[in-house]
Amino acid sequence: MSTAATTIVALALISAAIKAIGPVLLGGRELPTWFTSVVILLGPALLAALVATQAFAEGDRLALDPDTAGVAAGGLVIWRSGSIIACVVAAAAVTAGLRAL
Amino acid sequence: MSDLEAVIMSAILFAGSAQFTSIAILGAGGGAGAAIAAATLMNSRFLPMSAAVGPSFTGRALMRALKGQAVVDHSWALSSKGDGRFDEALLFGASAVAYCTWVSGTAIGALWGDKLGDPDALGLDAIFPAFFFGLLLNELRSRRARGVAALGAAIALALVPFTPPGAPVLVASLASLVGLTRRARAEAEERQEAEGEPR
Repeated sequence: MSTAATTIVALALISAAIKAIGPVLLGGRELPTWFTSVVILLGPALLAALVATQAFAEGDRLALDPDTAGVAAGGLVIWRSGSIIACVVAAAAVTAGLRAL
Repeated sequence: MSDLEAVIMSAILFAGSAQFTSIAILGAGGGAGAAIAAATLMNSRFLPMSAAVGPSFTGRALMRALKGQAVVDHSWALSSKGDGRFDEALLFGASAVAYCTWVSGTAIGALWGDKLGDPDALGLDAIFPAFFFGLLLNELRSRRARGVAALGAAIALALVPFTPPGAPVLVASLASLVGLTRRARAEAEERQEAEGEPR
């Protein structure tokens, strides 16, 4: 098997296992309050971390790049207008515009 | 990686950041081991996400394991009901739409990618974080949620220079442990009760 094929197959199996563990072990259970409380806050924690790293990180360094400005513009648009479509269009347009300069 | 391999990868892996990470490593001459390790770290955030969804899934263990495969960032966030439970139908629907778009998008890129131009020049890389920002705004209703979001972002950014990609987001999920405080638990209990009788 080629290196690429090995990588794809191994990743598919590992990824499937990662996504299966929680549902297999916890499925259908009644939620203890502490679990609910943590899950409610898992969304803000993970989403904020995803946005921050995608907007500011380039590999292992932090940088203010055109995409940082684009994401900020998109954030402003959705905060003011509430439209997710307008938000992503603004983010892409600002990023592309700054890169074209 | 061949065009066909890229499409197969999208079809059976369905995880953007992990795919880009592993392809970047293979493209730079890295081995399968390095590519697998780095991409697994990118996907490690699905461990807390699918654990959170777990109790909302019904059915036998194998069925629940299959349902867990539908967990990706945006559908996970969209299907969260805000009381610790998740809407199965919404999760599957949002993932199904994304899956079709992702696989067909990969095929289009493989077939005509060289004619479409540089995706970076079009600013396409800003679309995902901007979309996630919209999902994040939805979650920031309470002061505690805003604090946890700030903490999660701070943890992630602080780790970026020192850890491999993927680790910052996984570690940032620990910010949700603020939910273990007594006041957070008391409010979670209220929300559970407001939802009606427990299932």
